[in-house]
Amino acid sequence: MDHLDELEAQSIYIFREAFARLKKLALLWSLGKDSNVMIWLARKAFFGKVPFPALHVDTGKKFPEMYHFRDRYSAEWGLDLRVEPCPPLEDIDPTLPPAARSAARKTEGLKDALAKYGFDGLIAGIRRDEEATRAKERVFSPRGTEGGWDVRDQPPEFWDQFNASPPPGAHLRIHPILHWTEADIWAYTKRENIPIIPLYLSRDGKRYRSLGDQDITFPVSSEAATIDDILHELASTKVPERAGRALDHETEDAFERLRVSGYL
Amino acid sequence: MTIAVSRLAAAVPAAARRPQVRIVIVGHVDHGKSTLVGRLLHETGSLPEGKFEMLKAVSARRGMPFEWSFLLDALQTERDQGITIDTTQIRFRTPSRDIVLIDAPGHAEFLRNMITGASQADAAVLIIDALEGVRDQTRRHGYLLHLLGVRQVAVVINKMDRVDFAKARFDEISADISAYLAEVGVTPTAIIPISARDGDGVAARTPAIAWYSGPTVVEALDALTPARPLDELALRLPVQAIYKFDDRRIIAGRIESGSLIAGDEIVIMPAGKIARIRSVESWPVTPLSTRQHAGRSVGITLDRELFLERGDIISHAQAPRDTRRLHARVFWLHEAPLKAGQSLLVRIGTKDTRATVVAIQNAVDPGELSPIGTDQIARNHVGDIEIGLAQPVAADAYADNARTGRLVIEVNGRIAGGGLVLSVDAGERADVVDIVPVESALRPDERSARYRHAGAVVWLTGLPGAGKSTLARALERRLFSRGGSPILLDGDTLRAGLNSDLGFSPRDRAENIRRLAETAAHLARNGHIAIVAAVSPAAEDRAEARRIGDDLFREVYVATSAEVCESRDPKGHYAKARSGQLAGFTGIGQDYQPPARAELTIDTAERAVIAGVDDIERMLLDTGVLFTEVSDIAANI
Repeated sequence: MDHLDELEAQSIYIFREAFARLKKLALLWSLGKDSNVMIWLARKAFFGKVPFPALHVDTGKKFPEMYHFRDRYSAEWGLDLRVEPCPPLEDIDPTLPPAARSAARKTEGLKDALAKYGFDGLIAGIRRDEEATRAKERVFSPRGTEGGWDVRDQPPEFWDQFNASPPPGAHLRIHPILHWTEADIWAYTKRENIPIIPLYLSRDGKRYRSLGDQDITFPVSSEAATIDDILHELASTKVPERAGRALDHETEDAFERLRVSGYL
Repeated sequence: MTIAVSRLAAAVPAAARRPQVRIVIVGHVDHGKSTLVGRLLHETGSLPEGKFEMLKAVSARRGMPFEWSFLLDALQTERDQGITIDTTQIRFRTPSRDIVLIDAPGHAEFLRNMITGASQADAAVLIIDALEGVRDQTRRHGYLLHLLGVRQVAVVINKMDRVDFAKARFDEISADISAYLAEVGVTPTAIIPISARDGDGVAARTPAIAWYSGPTVVEALDALTPARPLDELALRLPVQAIYKFDDRRIIAGRIESGSLIAGDEIVIMPAGKIARIRSVESWPVTPLSTRQHAGRSVGITLDRELFLERGDIISHAQAPRDTRRLHARVFWLHEAPLKAGQSLLVRIGTKDTRATVVAIQNAVDPGELSPIGTDQIARNHVGDIEIGLAQPVAADAYADNARTGRLVIEVNGRIAGGGLVLSVDAGERADVVDIVPVESALRPDERSARYRHAGAVVWLTGLPGAGKSTLARALERRLFSRGGSPILLDGDTLRAGLNSDLGFSPRDRAENIRRLAETAAHLARNGHIAIVAAVSPAAEDRAEARRIGDDLFREVYVATSAEVCESRDPKGHYAKARSGQLAGFTGIGQDYQPPARAELTIDTAERAVIAGVDDIERMLLDTGVLFTEVSDIAANI
C-alpha cells in the first residue's frame, strides 16, 4: 500500500463507522476539491452509491462554474442533493468583520438545514493542515445544540474508536479527510481522475487555490495549468492554502470565533 | 502574492516516495515541548512564510519577548492561558523522512488529549527539563506510550544551558529515566542533551555538548521508521457492516492484520461459522482478483447465506478466541473512578457489548508508581481488571495481535478509558480448529421425505397465560400423529437447564431468546419442526430470532388480551406480581411489544385449542412447511 492507499483506506473506514453509528447523516458538499474527493471516497466506501444526502449550503454567491459543476455531477453521480439557502447578510451579527460576517451566513444556513432535516451527523471535508484551529479537531467531533464547538472539552479519541453518541439535540461533525494534506488531495484527484472545477487551474497567470464565495475569495498568482503543475507548486511554496480567503486575515481570532459558533 | 514554481522539480513529488513518520512529543508541562517544536520547524526550514514575522509582531504588540513556543500556540485561548491544550499536526522534513508532528499537551488535565495525539504516532520524543529532572508527567507519559503501543521512544534532556551543559547532570537523568522506562518495557532509541531555545543538540552537536557523541534530535528523527501494517500476522477482518445496496450482500470492514483473497475458507468468530470468500468487491472496478493486505478497507461476499453481524471477526483457521471474560490493563480518563461491579460499555474493534467490572486487581498512579489500593482506578491512573461481557466477543491477547487485542471503555456515550487485553479467558471454548462444525450425515431432503415436512421454527409469542404452551403441546401432538418430527422448546423448561445462568434483565432476556433461536434453528436446519413457546416480549429480540431462523422462521402471535391472561394466571405469576413479589414481570411491570408481521395471529379467548392448531397447520401448509401430496415431496427432492 502506498501513502494514498493508506489515506483512502482510513477515510473509507471513517465513512463506514459514521454510517453504522449514526441514523441521519448528510455530507456537506461545498463543491470544492476536498468535498469532491470526499464524495469519491464515499462512493468507494459504499460500492458506488452515496447512501445519504449531499447538502449544499448555498450562499448564492458561488462562481457560475461551481453551480454548473454541482448540477452536472449531482446527476451524474446519482446524489441525493439538498440545497439549503442562507439568510441575508442583514440578519447576521454586525460586530463581525465584513468577510467573517459574510461567511457567517453559511453557519446560519447550516443551522436552518439541521433544524429542517434533523441530521445527527454532518460529514465535512476539513483538513488538519488547512488552518491552525482545524488541526485541533477530532475525527468525530461533537457539537452543542447550537452547533457550537467546545475546543476545551473534547472527548478522547484513539485507536479508531470514535465518540458517536451525540447528546439529544446536538449533532456530530465527521471529518473523513482530516488527516489528508492539500498535496494528498491533488495527488489523489489525479490518480482517480476525479473531475474538478477549472478555476483551480491557472488562466492568465492566476488560479484559485481554495474556492469560496466570489466576493471574499481571491486568486493567487500561479502558472499551474495542470494538476501536476499544482503538485510541483505545492512542493516549493510556503504560502498558506487559505491565503486567498479574506476572512482568515481580518483579526487573529476571526476564524476561531466562527468555528466556535458552528462554522466548518 | 507570488508562488515560486520550480521548473526543476522532479516529476513525482518527493512526498510520494519518502517514508512518513508520525511522531509525538511528550513530557512534563513546561519542560519545553513547544519550544523544541518551534526550533525544529525553524532548523528544518519548514515554517510557513510570514508566520515567524507575524508571531514576532504579535509578541511585540503584547509586550512579551518572542518565544519559539508561540509558533504552536495558534489559538487565542491557548495564548491567554499559557498552555497548549490539544494536538496540532505540523509537518517538516529530515534528510530522509517526512515527519508529521503531533503535539501533545503535558498538562495533567489534558491527558485525554495527550492520549489522542500519542495513539496516532509511530514514535515519540520524551522531553525532560535538565533542571527539574524526571517528574510525574514524565513517568505518566512514558508509561502510557507503552500502553498505547508506541515502541520507538527518543529521550531529549532539554534546557542543558540552565545546568551549564554539565555531563554529570545529563548522566544522572539518563540513568533515572532509563531505569524507569525499562520497568515499563520501553528501551529508548537515543538520549540526547539539548537546549531547544539556543539550538544545541537539535540539528548540530555544538561545542557546548562536545562530550556527547550520539545523534542530534534531527538525526534521531531521521532514523525512525513508520509503523507497518500487520501483514505477517493471521487474518483479522472485523465486520463493520453488511450492505445490500443491490443484489450483492457485501460484508465490509478493514483488514487489521494478515491478508485475504477470493476463494479463501474463512471462520466467522465468535460463532465459529465457516464459509468461503466468493468475491472481493470494490468500486469502480469489481471484483478484485488480487490479494488484499492489512490496512485495506474491503468488501467481500460469501459462498453461502450466513447470519453475521457488525462486531464479528473474520479470520482463517487460526482464529481469535471467543470469550465472555477478559483480563485487561486499562488507563482511565473519566472524572469518576472505575469501580468493581460497575456496568459499562466495552468496544473491541467494531464490537460493542455491555460489560461488568468483575474485579480490579491493582491500580497505580503511573506518575508515582505506588500501588494505591485495589478497589478503584482513579482518573489518569492505570490498573489491571477482569471484565465480564454480556455477549461473547472475538478477541486476541495484545501480545498476539495489537489491533484486535485492545479495547475502549465507554461511559454515558463518551470514551472513558482504554486498555490492552492481557489474556482472553480460554475457559469458554477451545480453538476454532477444534470446533469445525460437523455436518449431519443425512441430507435435509432425506428427512423431509420421511416426515412429509420441511424443517421450520414455529415461534409462539404472547403474554404469560396467553395459551402458548397449550397450543404448542397440541401442535406437537398433531404433527407427530401425521408422521412428523416436532420438538417442543419451552422457554421456562430451557431456563431450568441450558439458560439457568440467565435472569430477567433486558440483556439476559435477549440472550435467552438468542439461545432458543439458535437451538431451534439448528433443529429446523436438520428437518425437524421446532416449536418454541416463549413470551419474548421485545420486538428487537424476536427480530434477532427471525434473522437466526432465516427463511425457516414462522411467527405465531398468541394475542390473548392481558385481562384474560391475568384471569387465567396458570402459574400464579400475575398474583405474585400484583402483590409485589415478582418484579419485572411481563404483562404487568414490563411492556409487551406485539409483533407487526407475524405469519399468524390467534386469540385463545375466541378460538378453541383445536381450532388454533388447525390455524397453525393451515399456515404451515400454505407456507410450504407441510406437504400434502407425494408430488410435493418429489418437488422438494
